[in-house]
Amino acid sequence: MKISKIVEILKAEALTCKDKLSDEVISACAADMMSDVLAFVKDQAVLVTGLCNPQVIRTAEMMDIRCVLLVRGKRPDATILDLAEAKGIVVLCSPHRMYVACGLLYKAGLCGGEDCV
Amino acid sequence: MSEDCIRLEFDVDSENFASAGMASEAVKTKLKQLGINMQDVRRVAIAMYEGEINMVIHAKGGKATVDIFPHRVDMILADKGPGIADIDLAMKEGYSTAPDNIRALGFGAGMGLPNMKKNTDAMKIDSVQGIGTTIYMTVNLH
Repeated sequence: MKISKIVEILKAEALTCKDKLSDEVISACAADMMSDVLAFVKDQAVLVTGLCNPQVIRTAEMMDIRCVLLVRGKRPDATILDLAEAKGIVVLCSPHRMYVACGLLYKAGLCGGEDCV
Repeated sequence: MSEDCIRLEFDVDSENFASAGMASEAVKTKLKQLGINMQDVRRVAIAMYEGEINMVIHAKGGKATVDIFPHRVDMILADKGPGIADIDLAMKEGYSTAPDNIRALGFGAGMGLPNMKKNTDAMKIDSVQGIGTTIYMTVNLH
């Protein structure tokens, strides 16, 4: 799935790295605890989270996650956006809540990793 | 230190939680530049980042030394924090002494030390209460 498709499905806004919206991603994960992302995530390219601080971007960078989707309409500050831009990480902002955002993406074919066909 | 070793040293600052992870980022960037395989790069990055976060949360910062050899990466994270009272307990998944404000930032789930062990080929913890903690980790490169 192209990142631009995620934007469309979730009525999201791309806040950084808009030149990467045509990049393909095949799996996603969701968590508010970055500890869990570091401990359990394998090769998922998209992180869905309600947490909005610079450590979300740093965690994404460590895990080679290419797209961070912020739910519940959270708007990151300039520090977070500058960091994401510098690291080449696409930050999306969606008005949907976590459960709905994940459900819509899964329904559209974005798998969770171990269930990828 | 042999000629085949690249040493990176960092002061881990605890004043600003937002800056935690800068040392890990720098190490990851260097390993990528050296053409190390991505799985090994990620293992080093995760172990180092977890350690760096721990130093910021529990120990008011410290010093990180990373030695990159052709076939392994050694990391030494030394702090002058309160020390770990019970290392076996601290190694249990889910055990954490992190305060609520740290959990609100997305950390303190009690996964840090076990995750550092999981992502390294060797790990040793020296800790003395009231003096500080030093963690030695090695990741073999493939």
